[in-house]
Amino acid sequence: MKFTTTWKRLRLAAASLMTASLLVGATSLSVAAATKLNAEGLIIPQRQNWSFAGVFGRYDRAQLQRGFKVFHDVCSQCHAASHLTFRELSEPGGPEFTKAQVKALAATYKIKDGPNDQGEMFTRPGKPSDPWPWTFPNDESAKSALGAVPPDMSLLAKARTVEYGFPYFLAEGLPFFEDEEQGPDYIYALIKQGYMDPPKGMKVPSGLYYNAVIQGSNHLIKMPSPLAMMFDSAGKPNDPKFYTDGTPITEDQVARDVSAFLMWAAEPKLEQRKRMGFNVLVFLGVFATLLYLVKRKVWAGVHDAPPSV
Amino acid sequence: MTDMTTAEPTRRDILYIATTAVGIVGAASVIWPLIDQMNPDLTTLALSKTEIDLKPVAPGQNIVVKWQGKPVFVRNRPPKMVEQVRAVPMSELIDPETDQARVQVAQWLIVVGVCTHLGCTPNVGGDYDGWLCPCHGSQYDASGRVRHGPAPLNLLVPKYVFKTPTSVVVG
Amino acid sequence: MSGPSTYVPKSAFGRWFEQRLPIMGLMHSSFIVFPNPRNLNYFWTFGGILSFMLVAQILTGVTLAMHYVPDARLAFNSVEHIMRDVNYGWLLRYMHANGATMFFLAVYIHMLRGLYYGSYKAPREVLWLLGVIIFLLMMATAFMGYVLPWGQMSFWGATVITNLFSAIPVFGNYVTAWLWGGFSVGDPTLNRFFSLHYLLPFMIAGVVILHIWALHVPGSNNPAGVEPKSSKDTLPFHPYFTIKDGFAVVVFMIFFAWFVFFVPNFFGHADNYNPANPLVTPQEIVPEWYFLPYYAILRSIPYKLPGVLTMFASIAVFAFLPWLDTSRVRSGTYRPVFKVFFWVFVLCGIGLGYIGSQRVSDATILAGRLLLTYYFVFFLVILPLLGLLETPRQVPASISAAVLGAKGAAAAMPRGVGAEPSVKG
Repeated sequence: MKFTTTWKRLRLAAASLMTASLLVGATSLSVAAATKLNAEGLIIPQRQNWSFAGVFGRYDRAQLQRGFKVFHDVCSQCHAASHLTFRELSEPGGPEFTKAQVKALAATYKIKDGPNDQGEMFTRPGKPSDPWPWTFPNDESAKSALGAVPPDMSLLAKARTVEYGFPYFLAEGLPFFEDEEQGPDYIYALIKQGYMDPPKGMKVPSGLYYNAVIQGSNHLIKMPSPLAMMFDSAGKPNDPKFYTDGTPITEDQVARDVSAFLMWAAEPKLEQRKRMGFNVLVFLGVFATLLYLVKRKVWAGVHDAPPSV
Repeated sequence: MTDMTTAEPTRRDILYIATTAVGIVGAASVIWPLIDQMNPDLTTLALSKTEIDLKPVAPGQNIVVKWQGKPVFVRNRPPKMVEQVRAVPMSELIDPETDQARVQVAQWLIVVGVCTHLGCTPNVGGDYDGWLCPCHGSQYDASGRVRHGPAPLNLLVPKYVFKTPTSVVVG
Repeated sequence: MSGPSTYVPKSAFGRWFEQRLPIMGLMHSSFIVFPNPRNLNYFWTFGGILSFMLVAQILTGVTLAMHYVPDARLAFNSVEHIMRDVNYGWLLRYMHANGATMFFLAVYIHMLRGLYYGSYKAPREVLWLLGVIIFLLMMATAFMGYVLPWGQMSFWGATVITNLFSAIPVFGNYVTAWLWGGFSVGDPTLNRFFSLHYLLPFMIAGVVILHIWALHVPGSNNPAGVEPKSSKDTLPFHPYFTIKDGFAVVVFMIFFAWFVFFVPNFFGHADNYNPANPLVTPQEIVPEWYFLPYYAILRSIPYKLPGVLTMFASIAVFAFLPWLDTSRVRSGTYRPVFKVFFWVFVLCGIGLGYIGSQRVSDATILAGRLLLTYYFVFFLVILPLLGLLETPRQVPASISAAVLGAKGAAAAMPRGVGAEPSVKG
């Protein structure tokens, strides 16, 4: 008797929770899927498919390596990535370049070090333990060269997000609808979809570009389209053999790869975290079940009859 | 007051034991990250190698290089000093070890400058052409071997490789 | 911490020790044989859950402090160093950050349980007041903790909250300069916040001990709201409530672990991954979710000083609750009208939280004012009047009568006294 009522109640609770989360989740997905320009001429970035999404999500090594090439050849010409170190590129859970590759890569950079015995600063080849060097010695020099300080890229994928608003954000925390990939969604949309002709009548000052993903500042961005540096206006790549792993180079591919790479750069421990998390949930599930059985044993009889006095 | 006997004492016991065991495993696995966070982190581990340029070290000169936060003594030993230190009979040593076993190239002595007594850094000096520890008076010779207590062991020889005849990587 | 101690140590050493420091006897009478009402439902496990969260926060916090650097130039980088380089650093930080959320979630449920079942009524007023003090200390701790990563939200959150004190007439600017240790939020502010953030949890732990002491003098309230009359009404704390609390804690841990491992930044703000920049305020600054209702109250008042005072009053009013509620019936279960107002109050709190998360517009200000009005009317008008006007249902004669009555009446669906309220709060 006791068991059946508990079971009924549990089932009812589970069913209502599932229905609620399905409803909320489905609505949030359909809102996200219907990504057109909204009333204000803005693009709300859509949810993309990422290999690292979900409970069993893992980074795609080849994709991270391609994304790294885009970052290395294009982004890092202007952007800093101060929290990223060379050695992380060979650590488990990332692009997993070999140690030798990383050492060779680091050595191609000149790192300022010192002072030496004569009290002078000197440059030396980079080492795997060095943080990613920036083209500019400081913010001010970047600003004078570029007109603005480009944001540091090492945490960019966590420092950007997409606001779907209430109540959809509730679904983003629920199992099966969880979403911690809004940063890469945003970056992908910004570089792949955002650059477009400004609305009629809008004057874009020189040195600025119209981007429908940018929310504030009149949808203007200082960064010229990075894809325009790699592709001509018809979408033909300047360098068809840009990717060395045989992946065809398309605008979409480049935008996806670099977004995935930036997610890894911001969250290099994601794979460790998800692997451990699954084990922890299984363990806690077993432990909770055992505790529940013990609890029922201990309380057996207490509910149905008064304790014998 | 309350009498809670059950019909199946054994099943209840097994259940209790299993639950307790799982609980202990859980507690133990929670403790590990709290302990392991104090171990050297990835930044520290990545800096575990130091490259030393030997070119500016003149014969007879000592230099001190920082490696893993500790001093490393590098001495450019003239042939006469090598001869002397290799002539010492093993019976005179507190921690017998040949000089040949302590160096890769006779000219270059490379040892960790941490006294094996209680961890102070010895200074150049003493009666054995080597080092004298300021803390408790231990003395080391030109091979970094302890010659006078209280230190029990010779100065540690770190792992190192010669990249070129004038450049060595410690660690 | 009270009640009869029947504890007799088994070993000779135990007896020797017990004569000199009777701590085992204290533990035994407080957590082994302590008589608890037998009809407690799962909402009574949140005390145990909160104790667990306090320990978890202190453990992860102390270990994080081994790596964190409270220096405005280094703080942001040291947090990122923890995330990337320190062994399990990412785990400790995500547990600590999400732990704050879990702590508040549990404390809100704990408080609402107290409100619903009248746990603040005589003879438990001091117990309730100690709880209010813990809540205030928690808010201070959480706020200062959020400043430590020194991201954009940290910096601007600290700026806005400390500026609340500039509303103080005449001395306002002196007070803020004193809080900051400068002319704006800066390095001295970060240092003192770190110091206090480390100190306050131990003060919380101290008040928690008083809270438990004050709990064990009258014993726990229960869903029926009638005091235990005989041993038939109670069960010893161990094993009945240790196992029940243990089970609830582990279930809560599953919920906690989900966020730590799979959506660790769900409760955070993306902007806090941008380092603090004193020259640029982010597009939107919102506090952490657990402060949103108070933030909404602050923004609903168009004048600075009254806004700040109203916000503080909305928290201070909890301290007067034992004397505002005039009802002689303790448990909300037997107060049909109160129940309705209670759930409206819960919705009102959620509504205020939602308003607090939105950009200011005419609509949100209007809605905020309506909800704010209900918030205060609930405490200051409804609770005092309802006790006089409402006709409560028949209260059971004893706890065991309540349990048996429910069982006998509706065997299939044990609703009412012994069961949980039908809506999970």
